[in-house]
Amino acid sequence: MSTVATRSPLKPRKSRLLTAVMAVYLLYTLVPLAWLLISATKTQQDLLSTSGMAFGGTFALFDNIAETFTHDDGIFLRWLGNTLLYVVVGAGGATILATAAGYGLAKYKFRGRRAVFAVLLGAIAIPGTALAVPTFLMFSNLGLTNTPWAIIIPSLVSPFGLYLVWTYATEAVPDELLEAARIDGAGEVRIFLTVTLRLLMPGVVTVALFAVVSTWNNYFLPLIMLSKPEWYPLTVGLNQWSAQASGVGAQPIYHLVITGSVITIVPLVIAFLLLQRFWQSGLTAGSVKQ
Amino acid sequence: MSPTRRSRQVAIVLATALATALSACSSGGDGGTAPGGATGTQDAVDAALREGGEITYWSWTPSAKAQVEAFQQEFPNVKINYVNAGTGNDHYTKLQNAIKAGSGAPDVAQIEYQALPQFALTGSLVDLGQYGFNDFQDDYTPSTWNSVKVGGGLFGLPQDSGPMALFYNKELFDKHAIAVPKTWAEYVDAARKLHAADPTKYITADTGDAGFATSMIWQAGGKPFTTDGKSVKIDLQDEGAKKWTSTWDQLVEEKLVSTIPGWSDAWYKALADGTIATLALGAWTPGVLESSVKGGAGKWAVAPLPTYDGGTPVTAENGGGGQSVLKQSSKPALAAGFVRWLNNGNGIKPFLESGGFPATKADLDSAAFKDKASPYFGGQQINQVLTAAAGQVVPGWSYLPYQLYANSIFGDTVGKSYAAGTSLDPGLADWQKALVDYGNQQGFTVNG
Repeated sequence: MSTVATRSPLKPRKSRLLTAVMAVYLLYTLVPLAWLLISATKTQQDLLSTSGMAFGGTFALFDNIAETFTHDDGIFLRWLGNTLLYVVVGAGGATILATAAGYGLAKYKFRGRRAVFAVLLGAIAIPGTALAVPTFLMFSNLGLTNTPWAIIIPSLVSPFGLYLVWTYATEAVPDELLEAARIDGAGEVRIFLTVTLRLLMPGVVTVALFAVVSTWNNYFLPLIMLSKPEWYPLTVGLNQWSAQASGVGAQPIYHLVITGSVITIVPLVIAFLLLQRFWQSGLTAGSVKQ
Repeated sequence: MSPTRRSRQVAIVLATALATALSACSSGGDGGTAPGGATGTQDAVDAALREGGEITYWSWTPSAKAQVEAFQQEFPNVKINYVNAGTGNDHYTKLQNAIKAGSGAPDVAQIEYQALPQFALTGSLVDLGQYGFNDFQDDYTPSTWNSVKVGGGLFGLPQDSGPMALFYNKELFDKHAIAVPKTWAEYVDAARKLHAADPTKYITADTGDAGFATSMIWQAGGKPFTTDGKSVKIDLQDEGAKKWTSTWDQLVEEKLVSTIPGWSDAWYKALADGTIATLALGAWTPGVLESSVKGGAGKWAVAPLPTYDGGTPVTAENGGGGQSVLKQSSKPALAAGFVRWLNNGNGIKPFLESGGFPATKADLDSAAFKDKASPYFGGQQINQVLTAAAGQVVPGWSYLPYQLYANSIFGDTVGKSYAAGTSLDPGLADWQKALVDYGNQQGFTVNG
């Protein structure tokens, strides 16, 4: 009996090469994170005098955290609040819009659907950076720059999320079910809220995660739109602290930039751990035809 | 984000922003200032200060906050909204965008000398000559005054200056018995000697920095950028530029300069532990060393910048800038009054207290400033060297009307020569070509 014949397809052979590649990738991912965590425990002086992967003379993590939140009249807390606002309203709104629109495009036949599809694919292909300056000028004419709307409104549009829900809804929501609901007398809104939304949940969570991550990491748009530090999100604020280290009158505060970065990634890590379950099923759903 | 990717992004934004600014300018609207500059008296400014009001001020200088507080104490009827909108390019991008948008710009902004022509020539700044500020000419060093005069107009008052000097790690030089170089040839020899004695040490760090390169060309007597109205001439292979590259090429080709990027955490570390032995930078450098390279205390010293012939000391400006009034301001006279207070009045005191290096002759010449012994520099009276340098700047330099964009693509052109360890001349030629093409696209007539 050959070994090949007995191997169950559910238990594939271990590949040393793939394991090695994975290990390298794991290191590649974890080493910068370890550096960040270790560096966050050092004072500014230790940062500049000790090796990156070794702890400094004093364990200053808690001092650093306290200083991060109090430096410059506590502006960091304000930035954290801004980022949360942009994520909740912006990414939340983007998810709702993408879900409703994606479902509509997938399940309702109407004229111009193909055109919408073409525009959508085009929109996915255009990098946000290229649109930043025109968007700025438009918003400036509307008097919306330097307000939270300048960040929230562009975040509401997520062509990729829409596309994801569209393809997901095509597979996950059977037409027969919708017809059955209609025959039972349910209105379209009720069908969407009670039937479709539940079927779409894994897809919606996936879109929400994408939207949360991209809004949380949004840097370029707020950099252009905002010139008042009190509306900065964490990304732009941290960069401003980091940029203090160069040129005439340089005042490097790397220890605060690093500690601030750690604080910035913690909520994202938590969001991923909590939503991981949904996310995995969201990515693979529709890959097998029942 | 890697430095190159970031600088490319910055380049894109600066390019777009400038393009729109220039097209706005050429399509009528607020044109440039008439040649010859405006004239007037300071009466309007004094009246505006008495009347009071509210203005916005953008700056990232360390003294800005203290200055605003002191000003408001002196003029309780004036309210200044102080905003730190960003450092360097972030600040300029926002400023340029607000100018293009037609609203949202501050009344007063900090603008470095290298960036001033870009804002002045596009008609975005108020010619302070109309408030009689040309009378202040004799208060400032010639090089800083020349930097705020663009095309005959006066587009700001100088705040600080950065005459270059050689900051060196004396402990390291003494240890290896290396003499402080007086000429650039001796500097190259010192670089070889130091690196041979201890291969972990480098004479300096340089991965290609536009501000440094232009200052070095300036000191060598080069005048690569000349602007007359919309006609620009670029020659990055003039005698001065070649004089600099023939020296600096030796360091780059023999890999005698460290490749630690400037202003990074590693750079600060290298300054403290002696990996980088010298810095040829502006006179504001001691403030940076004292506050942020504490490990170097007692080790560093200052000497005049080396020259090419060892004769009369000559130097160049490196960094520094002043404050300007924006055309968008609805209270230009009040804004001008704040600028006058900042750089020609009581605002200089908080500036000096924060460790700034002034542009005003009276403060440079005062005995208290000159004779102050610096504990960080082992008791050396560093301002003796630095104030002398302020009077030895080669006259006649000007920056490009799109210097910010130019600096942002320096790494993509000259930076390649640095990375490859080859002569900088082909890199400078590439830079020039890119700048000529860009300038012509932007509506200038560029020869080069």
